[in-house]
Amino acid sequence: MSEPFVALGAAEAGTDVVLAPASGARQFWRRLRAQRAALLAAGVIALLVLVALAAPLLTAIEGQDPTTYHPRLVDSASGGVPVGAFGGMGADHWLGVEPQTGRDLFARLVYGARVSLGVALSATLLQVLIGVVVGVAAALGGRWADQVLSRATDVIIAMPLMIMALALLAIVPGGFPRPVLVAAIIGLVAWGSIAKIVRAHALTLKELDHVAAARLSGWGPWRVARRELLPALAAPVITYAALLFPLNITTEAALSFLGVGVKPPTPSWGQMLTQADVWYQAAPQYLLLPAGALFVTVLALTVLGDGVRTALDPRAASRLRVGTGRRREAKA
Amino acid sequence: MSAAKALDGLAGFAVRRVIGAVVTLLAISVIIYVVFYVAPGDVAQITCGPRCSPAQVQQVAGQLHLDDPLHLRYWHFLQGILAGQDFSTGTSVQHCDAPCLGLSYQSDQQVTQLILAKLPVTFSLVLGAMTLWLLIGVGTGVLSVWRRGRITERVLTGVTLAGTATPVFVIGLVLMIVVCGQLQWLPFPQYVPFAEDPEQWAWNLLLPWLSLALIEAARYARLTRSSMLETLAEDHVRTFRAYGVGERSIVGRHALRGAVAPVVALAANDFGGSMGGAVLTETMFGLPGIGRELVHAVNVVDLPVVVGMVLVIGFFVVVANAVADVLFAVADRRVVLS
Repeated sequence: MSEPFVALGAAEAGTDVVLAPASGARQFWRRLRAQRAALLAAGVIALLVLVALAAPLLTAIEGQDPTTYHPRLVDSASGGVPVGAFGGMGADHWLGVEPQTGRDLFARLVYGARVSLGVALSATLLQVLIGVVVGVAAALGGRWADQVLSRATDVIIAMPLMIMALALLAIVPGGFPRPVLVAAIIGLVAWGSIAKIVRAHALTLKELDHVAAARLSGWGPWRVARRELLPALAAPVITYAALLFPLNITTEAALSFLGVGVKPPTPSWGQMLTQADVWYQAAPQYLLLPAGALFVTVLALTVLGDGVRTALDPRAASRLRVGTGRRREAKA
Repeated sequence: MSAAKALDGLAGFAVRRVIGAVVTLLAISVIIYVVFYVAPGDVAQITCGPRCSPAQVQQVAGQLHLDDPLHLRYWHFLQGILAGQDFSTGTSVQHCDAPCLGLSYQSDQQVTQLILAKLPVTFSLVLGAMTLWLLIGVGTGVLSVWRRGRITERVLTGVTLAGTATPVFVIGLVLMIVVCGQLQWLPFPQYVPFAEDPEQWAWNLLLPWLSLALIEAARYARLTRSSMLETLAEDHVRTFRAYGVGERSIVGRHALRGAVAPVVALAANDFGGSMGGAVLTETMFGLPGIGRELVHAVNVVDLPVVVGMVLVIGFFVVVANAVADVLFAVADRRVVLS
């Protein structure tokens, strides 16, 4: 049933379709591949995901696990400085051991990748789910539904994520698995901006002829949303989700750094940095490794996010390039 | 449209915006009440804290009006904040003046007083950092547009990208270790009130300001750059060029004008986000502001303090956004119409 409407809409709108549906996965990949930086970033992220998934395997090869204390590998007289050169690096402990506890640093780092990526991914999916449902419902529901949902979105946006997350983490009972909790809280507190963007896009889409035709022919809102809106919303939603993902990594790391997010013995990069300033002279890798891991991950995700946006919205990208081109023209 | 009518529209817009802000604040208070005083299982126990005796828990349960229906309980909560209330601490009765956010279960101190005492530190940190990041961010953005197509732009683009990828606490740690530890250029920051010694105040806040500002500046530089490039591609700029307007004036005046609105909008909406940064910076550098107090209250589950902090920060965020919206409408009358 939907095909005639699409044809009708496209014919009437001519070339001026403002929000053309995603131009197809193949074209997206072609445009993404054309950007070297984004490709490199995608490679880095693929490697990180692989490391996170293979964490048990990698630590089994090393012969360590992330939670066992090795009191004999730290010097108790000096307050827990790792014994041996480079913080106890060697064949047994590839990246040395943690000060004070003597836990294996490599194992904590790769298991930390699981936590960082897993929490951020779950939080992003939850944000997208809530944001899309609220945004589409506000756009398609009546005036009242829109009023209520838009106000609710404004209220959610007004509540700062870090502050709310900190406060919520104070009252949750202890028995809950912390990574799940952190992901749920980030997802439940920070869906406002994506809901706002989805609503704005859905309102524009609603006025397009083929969507209007579908509505007038008696399709219910659910069917209109699923068949007409969601495919066209994919591009803005993916673009925005790619922006949120690195932010969520940073938020989880910040909460764990403050000691309220993911708690030991579960390792997390942010949490590893909590004590790093005390030990930076005796064990600099204890600071550099988790900080470097965070930096590389967030940088790669940001670059990939930029690349995804360029691939999905080439007009924005070409606008930015025009500026540079003019200058060259002017000089020549 | 006559001037009087436009002003009328503007005044109307301001009034509507203020009413909107009040409604948003009430909604926030309802959400916070439900989340913190209704949702958790044993509210009295959580509110009182882990070290409370059963008798104290009973007393707290009475103060929270736990037997009343929900809407009445919320009403008591709101009334307590707006009109003040009395708390009996077992032996004596302590009056809590409006605006009353309750008493800390740790120190029996009024939460409002507690926050007011810490607020200057946080404002010093956030406002100083904000000034820095606006200067550095917009400056970097303008410079990279001015030198576009050259090596300077590439370097600046790379640096700002790296900046956006660095968490606040990582750059704070590195700055602290390098500047205070290795080079010993600055002592480890200790807060000195502005009224006491403005010079020491600034020196001690320099590192916290930089930690907070460098990261934010990177975002502002990227936004400034992309807004300016978009303006440069517009027809009116081409017309200016055709008339022979110089490059310096094109970039410095006309393109920069295109970046003002998005940058100001981001700055106004950044207040909440910068509070998150303030929490990290204060905790890291040991500055006695409301961010560090919040982390402390969270760790010891001092619920009145936590709820009070969230309400106060929410209040500032909503007020900042409303003020920014009205200022925008004054600057650009078209906003009133939409």
